[in-house]
Amino acid sequence: MSGAAPEITLSARNLTRRFGKRQVVHDLSLELKRGEVLGLLGHNGAGKSTTLQMLTGCLLPNFGEIEICGIDLLRQPVLAKAHIGYLPETPPLYRELSVNDYLTFVARLRGMQPGKAAAALAQTRQRCGLEAVGKEIIGTLSKGYQQRVGIAQAIIHSPDVIVLDEPTIGLDPSQIRDIRNLIRELGDRSSVIFSTHLLGEVESVCDRVHIMQEGKLIYDDTTAALASYGGEPGHLEENFIRLTETQR
Amino acid sequence: MIRLLALRELRSLFAMPSTWFILAALQFIFAWFFLARLEAFLEIQPQLAQLANPPGATITVAAPMFNTVALLLMMLVPMFTMRLIAEERRNQTFALLLSAPLSGCHIVFGKFLGLLVFLAVLMTGVPLMLYTLALGTALDHGLMLSNLLGLLLLTASYVAVGLYISALTQQPIAAAIGALAVLVGLWLADIGAMAEDSPWHFISPLNHFQNFNAGLLDSGDAAFFVLFSAVFLLLAIRRIHNNRIYG
Repeated sequence: MSGAAPEITLSARNLTRRFGKRQVVHDLSLELKRGEVLGLLGHNGAGKSTTLQMLTGCLLPNFGEIEICGIDLLRQPVLAKAHIGYLPETPPLYRELSVNDYLTFVARLRGMQPGKAAAALAQTRQRCGLEAVGKEIIGTLSKGYQQRVGIAQAIIHSPDVIVLDEPTIGLDPSQIRDIRNLIRELGDRSSVIFSTHLLGEVESVCDRVHIMQEGKLIYDDTTAALASYGGEPGHLEENFIRLTETQR
Repeated sequence: MIRLLALRELRSLFAMPSTWFILAALQFIFAWFFLARLEAFLEIQPQLAQLANPPGATITVAAPMFNTVALLLMMLVPMFTMRLIAEERRNQTFALLLSAPLSGCHIVFGKFLGLLVFLAVLMTGVPLMLYTLALGTALDHGLMLSNLLGLLLLTASYVAVGLYISALTQQPIAAAIGALAVLVGLWLADIGAMAEDSPWHFISPLNHFQNFNAGLLDSGDAAFFVLFSAVFLLLAIRRIHNNRIYG
C-alpha cells in the first residue's frame, strides 16, 4: 500500500469483447493509479460503456485480464468487486425505497458493517447534497437528485476504484459543477474513471484522457497534452474532432 | 449477504401498494373458502355423526382448504416471481447486483428466500383461520402440520420455477405468462395422464402435494420438492452467469 510510486489500483490488459460477430472493444489496455482521475472520451458507440461494464465485472471480456488493487477480477470476482464503486449509464435505483434505506442497503451489499454503514450514509449524503431528501422515496425525486443518489451509491463504501458512466448527464449547470468538484475530491484518495461526451468536463476534472474510437484506444495522454495536440494549444474540442477523424 | 438481499426483496414488496391490495384480496378469498367449507361441514355433520368412525373437522375443512390454496398458488406465485429478475433487468438495477461483491448464488438464494418468506406471511392467514376451529373441536395437528409443510415445499418449487423464468427475460409480463404456462402445463399434464405410472404424474409438484394433503409424510415427495427447486435455482444461477458472458 505504501511506497514512493502511486499504487496501481486498476489495470486492464488486452481487453477484447465481441457481441456476436461485432467486435465492440478491441485489444484495450489501461492503467489507473491511486489519486488519478481518468476521462474516457469517444463518440456514441465507441465502446466506452462496454469497457466500463467489463472493468466492473458486469460483463466478461472474451480475452484479456483485469486486476483491481492486485486482485484478478475474473478469477476472484467477489474479492475484487469489494474495491469497486460503479454508476452505470442509468442509475441502478430501487425507486420504491427511501434514499436512506437504499444507500444503507448498498453500503451493506458492498460489505460494510451496520455501524460503519450508518456513518458512511451521513457522510455520503452530505457529500452528494442529499441531506434534505434522506427520507424521500427515490421514485418521487427529480432526475438530478436521482443521479446524485446514483453517484452516492457508487462512493458510499469508499472504494479504491470508482467507475462512473456519464455521471453528469441530466444535471443542471450548478449540479454539474458540484459533481465535478466531488469527482475531483474523490480523485484525491481513490482512482476515478469516467466516461463523458463533455470536453469541458475532461478539461476541468481529469488528469489523463483516453479517447476510444470503434473499440480501440486511439489516444492516451494528459489533459494538457490533448489541449495542445498537434501544436495548436487551447482547443480541446477541435483537437478531439481532428483526432477522431484522422483515425477513421 | 443472502439475508440482506432477502430483506431488500421484502422491503420492496411491502413498499408497493399493489402488494397490500393482493394481500387483502387474498385474505378475503381464503376466508370465503374457509367459511364455505365450514358451512358445508356443519350441514353434513348430523349425518357424519351417525358413522362408526366419523371424519373430523380437519379432514373435511382443513385438507380441502389447503388443496384450494395449493391450486391458487399456481396462479399467484407467477405474479410475484415475474418481478424478481426481469424487473431488475428492465429497470437496469441488475448492474448494481452484478458489480457488487456477490456471486450468482447469493443473488438467486437471496431473492428465492425473500419471496418465500413473503409468501409464507401471505399464507399465515390460512392456518390461523383453521386453528380457530380448535375453539369448538379437537384438531388433528399431524394432518395440519403435514399440510403446512407440503404447502411450503410446493411454494418453494413454484418460486424456483418462476425465478428461473424471470431470469430468462427482461419483460416481467413475459416472465409471469411463462411461469404460469409451465405450472399450469405441469398440472394439466398430470391430471390428463391416464396411466397410473405416467411420468407426468412424477414431474408434477401438485401431484406430490397430494400425499402431504392426506397427512402422509413421504420422504420421496419431500425429496422431489427439494430436487425440483434445486434444479431450477441452479439453472437460474447459470443464467445469471451467462448474463455476464452474453451481456
